[in-house]
Amino acid sequence: MRISWSSIFDALLPVIATLAALAVGAVMLILLGANPLVAYGALLEGAFGSFNALADTIVKATPLLLVGIGICIAFRAGVINIGGEGQMILGGLSSIALGLAFPDAPGILMIPMALLIGFIAGGLWGGIPGYLKARFNVNEILSTIMLNVIAVQLMNLLLRGPLIQPNQKGAAAIPQTARLSAAFDLPRLVPTRLHLGALIAVILAIGVYFFLWRTTIGYRIRAVGLNAAASRYAGIKVNRYIVLSLMLSGAFSGLAGAIQVYGVNHFMITDGSAASFTGSAGFNGIVAALFGQLHPVGTIPASFLFGALLVGANKLQRVVQVPAALITALNGLVVVFVVSSELWRRKNARRRAIKELEEKLAAAAAKEISPQPEGGG
Amino acid sequence: MEDLFTGSVLIGLLASAIRLATPYLYAAIGETFGQRSGVLNLGVDGIMLMGAFSAFYVVFKTGDLVGGVLLAALVGLLMGLLMAFISVTLSAEQGISGIGVYLFGLGMSDLLFQKLINNVQTVSGFPVAPIPLLSEIPVLGPILFRQNVLVYGAYILVPIAWFVLNKTTLGLKIKAVGENPEAADTLGVSVSRIRYFTVSLGGMLSGIAGASLSIALLNVFQFNLTNGLGFIAIALVYFGGWRPTWVLLGSLIFSFVNALQIWVQVVGLPIPSDIAVMTPYILTIVVLVISAQRVRPPSALSKAYERLE
Repeated sequence: MRISWSSIFDALLPVIATLAALAVGAVMLILLGANPLVAYGALLEGAFGSFNALADTIVKATPLLLVGIGICIAFRAGVINIGGEGQMILGGLSSIALGLAFPDAPGILMIPMALLIGFIAGGLWGGIPGYLKARFNVNEILSTIMLNVIAVQLMNLLLRGPLIQPNQKGAAAIPQTARLSAAFDLPRLVPTRLHLGALIAVILAIGVYFFLWRTTIGYRIRAVGLNAAASRYAGIKVNRYIVLSLMLSGAFSGLAGAIQVYGVNHFMITDGSAASFTGSAGFNGIVAALFGQLHPVGTIPASFLFGALLVGANKLQRVVQVPAALITALNGLVVVFVVSSELWRRKNARRRAIKELEEKLAAAAAKEISPQPEGGG
Repeated sequence: MEDLFTGSVLIGLLASAIRLATPYLYAAIGETFGQRSGVLNLGVDGIMLMGAFSAFYVVFKTGDLVGGVLLAALVGLLMGLLMAFISVTLSAEQGISGIGVYLFGLGMSDLLFQKLINNVQTVSGFPVAPIPLLSEIPVLGPILFRQNVLVYGAYILVPIAWFVLNKTTLGLKIKAVGENPEAADTLGVSVSRIRYFTVSLGGMLSGIAGASLSIALLNVFQFNLTNGLGFIAIALVYFGGWRPTWVLLGSLIFSFVNALQIWVQVVGLPIPSDIAVMTPYILTIVVLVISAQRVRPPSALSKAYERLE
């Protein structure tokens, strides 16, 4: 493939879209009476200003990356998974249940088992909308959103009941679990909060890239997403790959939940909302994946960027007194801008295709009417 | 159980089901127009949140209920226009851009709330306005005719929507654009103008849906007040097979289950509240399964229309 200006422009589109969102954010900051330069400066410092800040940014980016690579798989198969929040919760619940059930197990055994069960639980939860779509043609956007709410209630139920910390009793009981055995804590990479989960996520992102672009199953998943009718004609069992892609997507979100429990929180508590556990990573992972152009490797820097925005938002809130909710609003704008910018990518692609065709035609014409070099045409 | 579930309890349940259906009706009827013309607006919940906050803010500061509804409608309209611009003019992927609009509304309403009000306050919202004579009818009176103005508005909206979609040229154009935009375009119907109209209308009604929550039903605002209500409204559009009358039926069933679920908690039946809260959502999934077998969405739903030039 030739590198042209328009393809460079394509690659830069998400960056341009994000800058546009930040520009809108600057206007909002001015309207709220804050100096945008000071605000964004505080954001940068909060995210990158120290070794600890940088580690926190990576810790925050980890669930975004895991959810994001799952999103890449689903979106590449042409299905939209909005269920990351619920799938993370299922991953968290199943993994903590395992860890609490066997508190004396050796960490070297428990950690991989817990992450695996989180992966599986998230996959099963993601498989439900997959099955409903394949079998009953139920819109997966709506079913995943409903399953998010159901997962939250399941979390509340379990944390109030079977999983509650044994000494929490009576009406004033706080719905939280006991702390997991310290032997199960994911190893720290450096003396900060940075844990092994970040490394796992990066390795998996690269692995998913190979899966999607270098294996038959991955090829079929992408084929289904590009053109389901043609894939069916070519003998690909489209429904099977829809279920598979939603299961895998859910599985990575489930793993994100398990890693959140074993790497960061070490216990679970609920205030009745999903965000108290997930930090909205189920949604923000979509933003990161879109920014990474639905490419698992591209999602790595994208997650890092959005992790930085989320960590920096707290500093921004302290310095200029603008609520961190600003970042949620800006994330929404980033999604809107990135998705909208696809228009220019399509236009570019069309222009390139036309140009290529014209060149081919000209070459063919030149061949036919040679030796005259300047044929009409 | 038998002595708990008396006639007056049932009347109370039905009356609250009628009331609780209000936000669903505004949002779902609005979304019906958009989807009938081929645009899936997933940002409804975010628009509702912005509408809910705008209305609440006006009432909190001035006590002007009508002004609150008007601002909510205006904010909803503007967000609808934004969604129309994204999905029609920029022909962006509708499912994902709707989630962007949702996140924007979720964050923005929380930002404004924290900045301008900052703690949970209540306002005195729309009072009950009994309709003379009709409200005196036994059983039906208390259920149907002792509600507030926004509730009545939601139910008046249903026949209007039915009439516009089925008995007017505009309705015909909307449906044509949603079924076969190329053909409609060939016949001289402006696909983008129709879609701009329906999506802005949907946005405006979503804004009012939010207002109905914050200044007519709950009379409060807090972070994520809607708690996914807008998404359920979208599910109800699917359940209703894109027809206003069926959307009404779906909203009523859903709200009745919700009222029942709240009643079960209040009475203290031995059902965990989490399971009670979960039930309407499980029901929604079941309903989605059933309706997906029964009706077919508009052919051009969530497909951007680009003229080949």
